[in-house]
Amino acid sequence: MDDGYQLKFAMAGADGLQIVLTGNWELRHALPESARLERWLDSHPGIKKISFDSTAMTAWDSALLTFLVRVITIAASNNIRVDQSGLPDGVQRLLHLASAVPERRDARRADGKAAVLARIGNQGMAVADAATEALAFLGEATRSLARLLGGKAQFRWSDLWLTVQQTGAQALGIVALISFLVGIILAYIGAAQLVNFGATMYVADLVGIGMARAMGAMMTGIIMAGRTGAAFAAQLGTMQVNEEIDALETLGISAMDFLVLPRMLALILMMPLLTLYADLFGILGGLFVSVTTFDIGVMEYLHRTREAVKVRHIMVGLTEASVYGVLIAVAGCYQGIRCGRSSSAVGAAATSAVVSGILLIVIATAFLTVIFNVLGI
Amino acid sequence: MPALAESAATARDPDTHIQVKDLTMAYGSFIVQQNLNFSIQRGDIFIIMGDSGCGKSTLLRHMVGLKRPAKGQVLYEDRDFWAADPLQRKGFMRNFGMSYQGSALWSSMTLAENIALPLQEYTDLSTADIRELAQLKLALVGLAGFEDYYPAEISGGMKKRVGLARAIALDPDILYFDEPSAGLDPISSRLLDDLILELRESLGATVVIVTHELASIFSIGNNSVFLDAEKKTMTASGNPGQLRDTSTDPKIHRFLTRGEA
Repeated sequence: MDDGYQLKFAMAGADGLQIVLTGNWELRHALPESARLERWLDSHPGIKKISFDSTAMTAWDSALLTFLVRVITIAASNNIRVDQSGLPDGVQRLLHLASAVPERRDARRADGKAAVLARIGNQGMAVADAATEALAFLGEATRSLARLLGGKAQFRWSDLWLTVQQTGAQALGIVALISFLVGIILAYIGAAQLVNFGATMYVADLVGIGMARAMGAMMTGIIMAGRTGAAFAAQLGTMQVNEEIDALETLGISAMDFLVLPRMLALILMMPLLTLYADLFGILGGLFVSVTTFDIGVMEYLHRTREAVKVRHIMVGLTEASVYGVLIAVAGCYQGIRCGRSSSAVGAAATSAVVSGILLIVIATAFLTVIFNVLGI
Repeated sequence: MPALAESAATARDPDTHIQVKDLTMAYGSFIVQQNLNFSIQRGDIFIIMGDSGCGKSTLLRHMVGLKRPAKGQVLYEDRDFWAADPLQRKGFMRNFGMSYQGSALWSSMTLAENIALPLQEYTDLSTADIRELAQLKLALVGLAGFEDYYPAEISGGMKKRVGLARAIALDPDILYFDEPSAGLDPISSRLLDDLILELRESLGATVVIVTHELASIFSIGNNSVFLDAEKKTMTASGNPGQLRDTSTDPKIHRFLTRGEA
């Protein structure tokens, strides 16, 4: 029954073309070509009118409509009148419907290819806008913190504890694993060099000071950026999509106080604690390697570590950790709050939160290292 | 429009398109509705109505294959949808078009791509042909020229219309609507009703609508079923206008007259 469509052209009077449609005009077949019509019209100049005969057509759907739209477009560009009366009623009505609302020309996108200078300019302005926006966010966050200190910030303490649990307690496993492995790596790389000087013993110094001053805070920061920063951005972004943030604002509740503040506080509180924990596991990793591979006694290693790692080293690490906490929380919340209103925007926000979080951590580390160096800490 | 291979075998009314038989819907052990029995004729505009929370949308989900019934059957041209194997079910679903309450447009795709996806999935047409069809469908809902917009960039009413354009992408036999006019102003909602009516007339599709928009119920519905949330079953079926005038069930009467009579 399914023998496809056929298309025939016949003269109707001196200046008329009759298109005879037969067979099955459904989407299962490739769409009919309109090039044949153009060729036919080229070889028969003087056609003023197109009419249709659809009596032998068995079935139709959008395939026919698409073909007819092409015919009408071709006819219009050749100043030919189209008489639709030979088409089934439904087809005529749909064609009418399709042309009822004229195409919004201004709706079409402008060509994406702007001049190079214009593109550079646009990029520059976008960067400037983003910087202003980020600064405004930072300012808002600071004011929110001030309101908290003045006892005027509105948020639910239960939210704070929940976030503390999510960012702190639930991250213990992954932080322990990664710092332990980092401790092992540091010990191996360090010992391989120190052994040349017969100073293998100092592997404990290297791991201890390395973890306490830099690696503990940095690894924790990177884990938190991937884990918590992304989660903040996704949570707040989804709330933006669901208009939950609008609902808070219309109640006169600052989203900054209610949503951003508890998250920032939680991360600022938890980052130093997690860093201490990471330091411990890093040292344990170094101990594991030293004992199993380099024949250093457990007590010996621990003693060396106690000698080497001073309180100021740990304080340096904790200071870094606090700074990272602020940066990750701000990056995550900022991306979440400015998120667009679609599911892909939420994904983009989470990605940006992680990328900008890690970038900020590295930049901050560079600055802090220089500062500590100058201060002689 | 595809021809029906095996119908009328049981010599039922040949115009019966969809039949719901002894259907019980449940979430776990919580029964939403039970003993649902009704049939929908080819070309009907069938309204599923009832008070909030009675399971209207759930019924729709059972009919389109999103949720398996706890008991009972959904028959399309006498063939049991849920007894069919997954491949056959996909064949049934090829003939469904569904427009969702929140439009459910894929936000990472442009409007044209949203409409193109069903065509890519079910036809062998070329990319250019599919693009042209998508343009045609958008023109049918009055949105010519918006092909390259993303759903986030258009208004709620426009999203509804794109949802409709996507539902008719494959020229389905059956169009399902979940609250088509929810969130639309009366004029847009009226225009959408007209559009549904027009598409039904021209495409010859059967339309099933979940709504409690009284204006729509009376102006386009010719058959209906009323689900009662308390009794957990259907309490009436038939032409909505007749139900309003003749129903003796006070709840249905109140519902259809907005409690004013």
